[in-house]
Amino acid sequence: MTAETAAEMDRIVARYPNSRSAVMPLLHLMQSEQGEITIGAIGAIAERLDLTTAEVSAVSTFYTMYKRRRVGEHHIGVCTNTLCAVLGGDAVYDALSRRLGIGHNETTPDGRFHLERIECQAACTHAPVMTVDWEFMDDQTPASAVGVIDRLDAGEPVASTRGPMIRDFAATEHTLAFPDDGLAGEGTPVDALMLAGLTVARERGMSAPAANSQQGQESQQSVESEESSR
Amino acid sequence: MTIASQPAGQSGEQSVAPIDLVTVTVDGIAVQVPKGSLVIRVAEQMGIEIPRFCDHPLLDPVAACRMCLIEIEGMPKPQPACAITVTDGMVVHTQRTSEVADKAQEGVMEFLLLNHPLDCPICDKGGECPLQNQAMSAGRGESRFEGAKRTFPKPINVSAQILLDRERCVSCARCTRFADQIAGDPMLELLERGAQQQVGVAEDAPFDSYFSGNTIQICPVGALTSSLYRFRSRPFDLVSTPTACEHCASGCALRTDVRRGEVTRRLAWDDPDVNEEWNCDKGRFAFRYLHEGRIESPLVREDGQLRPASWPEAIDIAARGLAAADSRVGVLTGGRLTREDAYAYAKFARAVLHTDDIDFRARISSDEEAAFLAAVVAGRPLGPTYADLDSAPAVVLVGFEPEDESPIVFLRLRRAARATGTRVLGVSARHTRGLHKMDGQWVPCQPGAEGQLLRSALDGADDHGLAAALREPGAVLLVGERLAAVPGALSAAAALSAATGAALGWVPRRAGERGALDAGAVAGLLPGGRSISDPQARIDVAGVWGVSPDELPRYPGRRDTAAICHAVTPSSPASNLPVQATVDAEEVPATALVIAGVEPADDPARETLLAACEGPAFVVALATHHSEVTERADVVFPVAVVAEKAGSFTDWEGRVRTFGPAIRDAQTLPDGRVLAMIADAMDAPFGSGEVAQLRAELQALDAPSTIERPSPPDTAASIPADSGLRLASWRLLLDRGVLQEGEPHLAATARPTMAVMSAATAAAQGVADADFIRVVGPRGSTEVPLELDEVVHDTVWLPMHSPDCSILLDLGARPGDIVRVERAAGTMEASA
Amino acid sequence: MSTPLTPVITEHWDHPDLFTLEGYRRTGGYTALAKALSMDPDAIIGTVKDSGLRGRGGAGFPTGLKWSFVPQGDGKPHYLVVNADESEPGACKDVPIMIANPHALVEGVIITSFAIRANHAFIYIRGEVPEAIRRVANAVREAEAAGLIGTNILGSGFDLKITVHSGAGAYICGEETALLDSLEGYRGQPRLKPPFPAVAGLYASPTVVNNVETITNIPWIVNNGADWFRQFGTEKSPGFKVFAVSGHVRRPGIYEAPLGITMRELLDYAGGMREGSEVKFWIPGGSSVPMLTAEHLDVPLTYEAMAEIGTMLGTGTPMVFDQTVSVVKAVTRWLEFYKHESCGKCTPCREGTYWITGVLQRFEEGRGTDPDLDLLNELCSQIMGRSFCALGDAAATPFPAAVKLFRDEFLTATTTPVDESFDPARSYVFTADALEGVNA
Ligand SMILES: Cc1cc2nc3c(=O)[nH]c(=O)nc-3n(C[C@H](O)[C@H](O)[C@H](O)COP(=O)(O)O)c2cc1C
Ligand code: SF4
Ligand code: FES
Repeated sequence: MTAETAAEMDRIVARYPNSRSAVMPLLHLMQSEQGEITIGAIGAIAERLDLTTAEVSAVSTFYTMYKRRRVGEHHIGVCTNTLCAVLGGDAVYDALSRRLGIGHNETTPDGRFHLERIECQAACTHAPVMTVDWEFMDDQTPASAVGVIDRLDAGEPVASTRGPMIRDFAATEHTLAFPDDGLAGEGTPVDALMLAGLTVARERGMSAPAANSQQGQESQQSVESEESSR
Repeated sequence: MTIASQPAGQSGEQSVAPIDLVTVTVDGIAVQVPKGSLVIRVAEQMGIEIPRFCDHPLLDPVAACRMCLIEIEGMPKPQPACAITVTDGMVVHTQRTSEVADKAQEGVMEFLLLNHPLDCPICDKGGECPLQNQAMSAGRGESRFEGAKRTFPKPINVSAQILLDRERCVSCARCTRFADQIAGDPMLELLERGAQQQVGVAEDAPFDSYFSGNTIQICPVGALTSSLYRFRSRPFDLVSTPTACEHCASGCALRTDVRRGEVTRRLAWDDPDVNEEWNCDKGRFAFRYLHEGRIESPLVREDGQLRPASWPEAIDIAARGLAAADSRVGVLTGGRLTREDAYAYAKFARAVLHTDDIDFRARISSDEEAAFLAAVVAGRPLGPTYADLDSAPAVVLVGFEPEDESPIVFLRLRRAARATGTRVLGVSARHTRGLHKMDGQWVPCQPGAEGQLLRSALDGADDHGLAAALREPGAVLLVGERLAAVPGALSAAAALSAATGAALGWVPRRAGERGALDAGAVAGLLPGGRSISDPQARIDVAGVWGVSPDELPRYPGRRDTAAICHAVTPSSPASNLPVQATVDAEEVPATALVIAGVEPADDPARETLLAACEGPAFVVALATHHSEVTERADVVFPVAVVAEKAGSFTDWEGRVRTFGPAIRDAQTLPDGRVLAMIADAMDAPFGSGEVAQLRAELQALDAPSTIERPSPPDTAASIPADSGLRLASWRLLLDRGVLQEGEPHLAATARPTMAVMSAATAAAQGVADADFIRVVGPRGSTEVPLELDEVVHDTVWLPMHSPDCSILLDLGARPGDIVRVERAAGTMEASA
Repeated sequence: MSTPLTPVITEHWDHPDLFTLEGYRRTGGYTALAKALSMDPDAIIGTVKDSGLRGRGGAGFPTGLKWSFVPQGDGKPHYLVVNADESEPGACKDVPIMIANPHALVEGVIITSFAIRANHAFIYIRGEVPEAIRRVANAVREAEAAGLIGTNILGSGFDLKITVHSGAGAYICGEETALLDSLEGYRGQPRLKPPFPAVAGLYASPTVVNNVETITNIPWIVNNGADWFRQFGTEKSPGFKVFAVSGHVRRPGIYEAPLGITMRELLDYAGGMREGSEVKFWIPGGSSVPMLTAEHLDVPLTYEAMAEIGTMLGTGTPMVFDQTVSVVKAVTRWLEFYKHESCGKCTPCREGTYWITGVLQRFEEGRGTDPDLDLLNELCSQIMGRSFCALGDAAATPFPAAVKLFRDEFLTATTTPVDESFDPARSYVFTADALEGVNA
């Protein structure tokens, strides 16, 4: 292990009152370096946190984002939970599976793409949803999804629909370990669908009633009088 | 728990109930129980069995299996009885009176059986399986499941000893909770998620816990099995007997299962005062020795060779040889005899052989220790006890590593530390895994300096707060038998206990030591801790023995193996003899030895002992197995192993653990019977030597309350002046011990043989982590891998008697001695 | 008269720099914090109690009441844990809040921590949404740099540390006690209650667990008062709600409106159903609550009205499906989800989802049987109310609701595979051209 990794581990542990809490971010960190959770990674975490390797394995095997096999350069997720599936996610998944020649939880032989059917991504308004290295690729069609792969394959830049430019799986895993990655200002993550209601409200001249300052004070007083009556 | 049963509807009279009791009604019967009791326990006490799988009274509740669902009035959903505590006025309906509960349980049972294989006929648990039994009583007749059952490639080894058939597991997490909560070895864990959830270990670390076998016993299905017992037997083929463990002084109650005259299995038996429901893997799995390599008939030496002989012939030869020695006889009994057998030797030595040269301590021992035992241990009533450990505010350990040397003491201390916050302070050269698991405070101490450290605490230089901790009411000081190696240490411990008021416990390793001490199998002490020099004691004992007090040896005998052996070896240079016996002792060399279960390799006086056996002395050995002693003896008598006889052991608390024969029709004789036959041939009064007779005499000789005791020794604590690298050592639980022979699976779970040093000491010695190092002692050396850990400076720790490393045999060194280390040349390449 | 939309939390989401401290401050951000720090912490709890704010994580527990359960003066550290695990199928409102206005959440966290006397707060965000994670982390860093988090915040003497924690793919970690175990570095399996988190939560210390949207409400409530908040919604369901409408509607997306708005009104704002389509079934708040039909479009979206018709408001994120969708397929997919996400701890959920999913898959293939329907109902009842936590209850919810409304469709699936009865392509939201070329 490099001194840099050791220092990063220390920084993660320092965020928590109890070192064991660091086990998940440390697994993300190890996964960003090794592309999967190896025995070595489990051993390093166990040693750092004074746990047994079984305790760390118990955690790493519980969560689906920790991979037991090398993911490769890009992780491609397609939501096939009900809503996305019926709105077209199944077709998107099938198209990608054909394009990549691999199935669920498999990696292309060249190690560039890993395909996974994923569960609901909290993006149902943007169905069908795909993710590349867990960055949003909203509102896909089979053709657009295959296009994303083609561009990645060709080494062309690809932008997340609500987020930064696609980096790679390792980079995202590093973000999960160190969330403040400096990319918060990239892209235009607030899109038209997130503004749908606001847009309608503006069009129709609707707004929430502003606070009447008097009312505000009254409620303040009522709290105080309730306070003193206790 | 007091349950005052009363008819339903009369609970209005509870105004007289003490405040900590609440009234609950279960299936129409109102009872008063302590507040906070679990519903499942309350029902149990009332004789109402609620089915359960994950529930275990000694593990924290998890309410995971949902088998115990019951109905509670006022609650919308069925509740898990194993996790609900009673409240006043609670009305509970179990499956017996509630349709809701019954349906819920039936549903859970159906789900449990869904993925469970129907392989009861070949499953080890078949016939004694909670799932099988409850499926019969709570299950639906036929499965409605038509899908494919979950399967796993079977089985996996979670350790060399323990196998897991994952498809049988019901995810109750008893085993994993045991590993974590009780043993403190969280190496067996739940892995994966959902329907794939399974018990397992990490890829690189097996479940090598000293307590692993308990998981097999508490698994409510046949998912966990031992390599040893797997497919060996069926419950209905077994004859079970409650027994006590012969491996150490923890005193575990066991159950021994015998199939066609052979022990096939041992389980922990439930004794809340001692081992609760647990035991260690040595006690559970080390029993092949009972049947392997046994001596089958008496042997006598003829023309330098041992040959089989008939009992009458052998008895006759032994009797004549011993009579000829005419009181110039030494008796070595070892620490493994039952209380009754040790007593038989104590009596045989004094009343038949007229010698007081007797010792049970086939290990490192000292005069100071003998004086210490006579003053503060022998014949003392019960205590300190396990319960005292539970409630102690602080427990100080000196010369004692409980996880290795008395594992149930370890479990109790760990539980006390976790449950009641007992502070454990370990005075030791090494900060051990066991101490970590008890969240203990390490009091670093160079090997050999323990006495000095205790003295300074006594003198107010209490740097580590030892005296302060011991002064807390209820505190306990536990010393291990190996403290005998440190001059002044036991004296200081006795003084510290007296000064602080802390209870003092002496924890020997072997099961028979405390019983032998109390029975008088040691020079100077008659049964019950009586002094052989005490005229009244001589009268009392001689009375029970049916001899005249004058026939008992007049003076205290020689106090250890070396002294006894030197005395029977006329060629030994007398000038080398430490002055052992009192000045008045007869200096006439003895000429015979009676030796019971002594393993010479355990005794620093091994060479003296073997020389004595080879010399002109007439040697009678009573043994179960061949040894370096039997090879050299003149007459050898085969005797019964523990499983073949009734007897008892006295545990470290002073509690007598009585057992009957597990193998009921064994043709072997216990030591006491053989001694009686020899006595008879010598025309000496002894009695039948039957266990019943020996027990009756022991009871008659129970320690009188007004015993006159010598004062404890006051040996000055000194630290050896010479400087250098010092050896620290104790015996690991699983090691080269003779009673563990024939158990490869058990041996494979032993901790690896390693030398341990601090990083600074290693650097100073020019060796590094994972190096193969050679440790050189006065007599020889051993090569072992080095591990760096928390060890006091200028000290190297080695296991005392493990494979490839026996400090007595290989180095000729004792703990506290100076040794040397160097890198073992060539071995690194060889191992690479 | 129709209920107007009321953008409060979403009011400034169209400001491109709202996610920055500066952008947020321009909209009045952090004025509530200044006000709160001058108040007595108990008075803040009182205001939140008076507001009637109910938890937006699904259960609708009164927030102020929950805060008041935290024992005070107990000498133990207290913790606030924000539940940002949003993984319930259909729920998609917390992630947008964190992306669009992370500082509002952070301000809410600081005020709440001050009120419950917590000096360390955690935001547990599901790992699959790095964009939300980085924006919240960025907001925390900015707030720290501005002295809004740290020691002696704004001279008040109050200290607070906020840790952003990434999950790793486990729906169960949205269950509050599983979340706490996960945050402590264990498998995310739920804990026995009692003790409740308010008494013994994170590290066995008093802990408040609240949903992202719940906490995001706090700055507005503190600034504008309980009465202002109560003019939205109903007596039992006061306030506004960030609704996320998805499915076969013209304009899926985020719509903020008072509680009590109806689905018909929300549908109208969302542009109605897509061309040629009608509501077949809809679910008010995540797959864990029973489905409804067009008949229920005029029931107010409140906790109480939804309960009255046998469902729940849940997360308030309606999914709307049209006539092209096979309810058999929908339910099967949800059950596959629950089977995948069952933590494994308790028997009914672990084994029940395994069994039910297998039977439903037979229906999907046209191989179900009539008696299977009774079996499925019974298996669901063997889970409902008997599992360790509400995940089991959730898993036992979709089928009984669906078979009650669409029994015929399940019967059809005893002979005909659902993909034959319901051409999947007809429910896709893209046209056949989008499929062309890639199908070759
Ligand atoms: C299986 C399951 C998943 C849940 N997922 C979430 C979630 O993702 N986010 C959330 O806020 N609450 C979730 N909850 C509800 C939480 O347990 C808890 O009620 C909520 O976080 C409390 O916050 P609130 O009072 O602000 O609503 C879930 C509950 C269950 C049983
Ligand atoms: S192996 Fe046995 S004890 Fe362990 S979880 Fe499975 S059923 Fe329970
Ligand atoms: S015995 Fe109660 S839930 Fe398992």
